[in-house]
Amino acid sequence: MQKPFAITLKPGTSLTNHTGTWRTARPVYLDRLPPCNNACPAGENIQGWLFHAESGEYEKAWRVLVENNPLPAVMGRVCYHPCEGACNRGQLDSSVGINSVERFLGDEAIKRGWKFAAPAASSGKKVLVVGAGPSGLSAAYHLARLGHKVEIQEAGPLAGGMMRFGIPKYRLPREVLDAEVQRILDLGVTLKFGTKVANIEQSMKDGGFDAAFLAVGAHIGKRTFIPAGDATKIVDAVSVLRSMEGEDKPMLGRRVVVYGGGNTAIDVARTAKRLGASEAIIVYRRTRDKMPAHDFEVEEALQEGVMVKWLSTIKQAGEGNITIEKMALDEKGYPQPTGEFETLEADSVVLALGQDVDLSLLEGVSGLEIKDGTVQVSPNMMTGHPGIFAGGDMVPSERTVTVAVGHGKKAARNIDAWLRGATQEVPPKHELAEFDKLNTWYYSDADKTVRPMLDIIRRQTSFDEVQGGLNESTALFEARRCLSCGNCFECDNCYGVCPDNAVIKLGPGKRFEFKYDYCKGCGLCVAECPCGAIKMVAEDI
Amino acid sequence: MSFQPVKFYQTGTLTVGNRLLAQDERSVQANQMRSNSINSGHRACQGCGEALGARYAIDAAMAESNGQLIAANATGCLEVFSTPYPESSWQLPWIHSLFGNAPAVATGIAAAMKVKGRNDVRVVAQGGDGGTTDIGFGCLSGMFERNDDVLYICYDNQGYMNTGVQRSSATPPAARTATTMPVGPEPGNVFGQGKNVPEIAMAHNIPYVATATVADLRDLEYKVRKAMQMRGARYIQIFVPCPLGWGAASHDTIRLARLAKETGMFPVFEAEHGEVTSVLKIRNKVAVEEYLKPQKRFAHLFGKHAHPETVARLQAIADRNIRKYKLLPEGEN
Ligand SMILES: Cc1cc2nc3c(=O)[nH]c(=O)nc-3n(C[C@H](O)[C@H](O)[C@H](O)COP(=O)(O)OP(=O)(O)OC[C@H]3O[C@@H](n4cnc5c(N)ncnc54)[C@H](O)[C@@H]3O)c2cc1C
Ligand SMILES: Cc1ncc(C[n+]2csc(CCOP(=O)(O)OP(=O)(O)O)c2C)c(N)n1
Ligand code: SF4
Ligand SMILES: [Mg+2]
Repeated sequence: MQKPFAITLKPGTSLTNHTGTWRTARPVYLDRLPPCNNACPAGENIQGWLFHAESGEYEKAWRVLVENNPLPAVMGRVCYHPCEGACNRGQLDSSVGINSVERFLGDEAIKRGWKFAAPAASSGKKVLVVGAGPSGLSAAYHLARLGHKVEIQEAGPLAGGMMRFGIPKYRLPREVLDAEVQRILDLGVTLKFGTKVANIEQSMKDGGFDAAFLAVGAHIGKRTFIPAGDATKIVDAVSVLRSMEGEDKPMLGRRVVVYGGGNTAIDVARTAKRLGASEAIIVYRRTRDKMPAHDFEVEEALQEGVMVKWLSTIKQAGEGNITIEKMALDEKGYPQPTGEFETLEADSVVLALGQDVDLSLLEGVSGLEIKDGTVQVSPNMMTGHPGIFAGGDMVPSERTVTVAVGHGKKAARNIDAWLRGATQEVPPKHELAEFDKLNTWYYSDADKTVRPMLDIIRRQTSFDEVQGGLNESTALFEARRCLSCGNCFECDNCYGVCPDNAVIKLGPGKRFEFKYDYCKGCGLCVAECPCGAIKMVAEDI
Repeated sequence: MSFQPVKFYQTGTLTVGNRLLAQDERSVQANQMRSNSINSGHRACQGCGEALGARYAIDAAMAESNGQLIAANATGCLEVFSTPYPESSWQLPWIHSLFGNAPAVATGIAAAMKVKGRNDVRVVAQGGDGGTTDIGFGCLSGMFERNDDVLYICYDNQGYMNTGVQRSSATPPAARTATTMPVGPEPGNVFGQGKNVPEIAMAHNIPYVATATVADLRDLEYKVRKAMQMRGARYIQIFVPCPLGWGAASHDTIRLARLAKETGMFPVFEAEHGEVTSVLKIRNKVAVEEYLKPQKRFAHLFGKHAHPETVARLQAIADRNIRKYKLLPEGEN
């Protein structure tokens, strides 16, 4: 070797020494499933859209979001956000405000007029969707994007289902709902109002449909027998809330008693308060912690002056009053009568005891299985009758907007497969990004952003929206609280911490690669990856 | 002014890089074009803190000197694992002579550059704690006293690792080495001896003295770059865990460095002309046990024949550092 004076070794010549041979385990990059995504009934890629929101690319974030859910502005208001309950950040300080960022993106899309991408080429197939609630709308959206011709037949005069005729305005302003529905219709979906489907097979035949998705919801208010004089007004909660959308507001009087403990009971009591009732009292047979309503909703109702009689049942309704019996919980936690009675003044009693499904459109359809008043569906959302799919409140599951939207998506993808004579291939789920897979040292300390609330007087007297949204800077802050569980966010830690310089940085958006010729398998990159996107795999030796 | 961490943007400046930071706020190590001064193929153990610390420091010095840098290297692991003849991992002019004379060699290089009028060429000297705090100490003190234009970097792994984990004057009390009491009532290194070279360096009134760890890259890079902006004798001691010598898992190198800082066992600070100007605050204070337990060199302090009183003495050392350097966040000291 010819070298200049006093130079003995050439720079970087150690590259001939392949230290990768020392390794007994190798690091590999992977995407783990973030717990938020795992918990989302609509199957949203939450971490995925937060990633874009973090860099302020809101439109991109919104586009990733609507891949799975066409109603972000609605979701950002009414979803009970199980994602936040599962969020790993909850174990660090408090969960990421996913719901509030979702609302911000949804509102931003409405404000800026973002539209969905054009549908795929036409498949030539026609699908009937029955019901324009969240499930039907979601199915229509996904079917349209897959290139199918979609017609929604809706019994009522307006779209939205329980989002319009159940959920009160103070939680979901109708302009928001209208905007998101219109965007779906703009994809070329036909929506026929005042078209109640009485016989599904007939309707399919009449319109020449190749498949149908049923999403008629659960609208028949459950009754219970209460001995009552003629003078007492007993109505059901769903009808009360529905009439809120019409010209004539319901007449409930000054003292309103609501019977039940679910979200509907809360909504109707809060509505009564806003309509001018001096007293809105919820009568519920168990305790607050047993209440099916969400605690934050109970809290908001109490703030507005709604009162609750816990551990009570209505025995009798008299003239301008009702008799309630005190209950006590037995060892198993069931309420038992105590024989102790109390009288409450009441101008009306509103029953909020849950809803049943009107299944009359299915009469005579072969192969169906009906259980507990709901239609049974297979994992691909098809009923026992080939080509007829169903979802939302009419099938057995949790009754939420989010579940309904998720069903609509899943059904649409399966209908698409069924129309092609195939079955939908669902890739196996990635392994879960549990908290112990994270190295949380690396995340900045940052408390959750609190959303503004309307002042209490306006909450008691108007139907203005109670909860405010985030602005651009608070939304950005909140998005950036995400830990990006299980998914590389290009923090460069692996690239930095490798003592052997065995990680290649591929550049923005392209992530990293290992140089296995030199990686000795120390595991530092795995230990120092904040989000658990690398794991060690034993070498075959 | 000390290093100003960026507090937000998801991970702020806690991670090596951050796609949300402006370009000029990013680290040298995050750069695809970093110089990789010590390249792949070197023969350091898996998870070597010294190899990592050297790349962090020298890459930063290369960035600050526009690549016009010469390094003198004392004998020790860093030299042996990087340059087994005929290979070298170094990607800059690099000179090796002896175990004990790296500061003097660097002084000579700096003098030669001065004579040649090469103001732009900068000089670093580097060595292990043994080469620095023991055998090279005389040369080092002379370099300080003459205020020679050299940045000396000591990679402190708390022992003579290259020759088989012997005790150095930087080995902490109670740590077991090949040359400390293996058995008896108080095994491991004795209390009350050892040398605090950063403080001795400060006593020379040189322009810049700092400590850093491989767990706080941004702080480390800031200190190296700042030192490179100065002239005269400068000293940085970097805490580099040694998986082999400490009996620790190779993937724990950075965690241990972090714990050394978070417990107060290794105070991270900087000083100009003999006065401490800033400290890197503890973020989540932890007890010394958390730092000691993952290391086999302290294993005799725990388990069946535990030495809680020794652990308490180590805790007292950490507490003293916390008091002395005011390591807790404002208002908590
Ligand atoms: C008061 C109240 C508050 C609620 N609040 C929330 C909340 O905050 N968050 C949440 O996640 N969930 C909430 N829910 C539950 C949620 O609204 C429902 O789970 C969801 O709307 C169900 O969607 P769906 O599409 O299955 O049915 P629906 O929303 O009920 O829609 C069904 C649609 O089908 C139409 N239809 C029915 N029969 C026929 C027929 N034969 N032919 C044609 N059309 C027909 C109906 O007119 C209706 O438009 C609430 C429910 C109520 C009652
Ligand atoms: C004069 C002299 N004595 C002893 C040695 C043997 N020797 C080589 S490296 C070393 C220890 C190095 O320890 P340190 O400086 O802490 O560096 P480390 O290997 O721990 O990084 C010793 C004793 C030598 N090379 N020269
Ligand atoms: S931190 Fe982010 S990715 Fe992790 S669970 Fe929460 S929202 Fe999802
Ligand atoms: Mg050493």
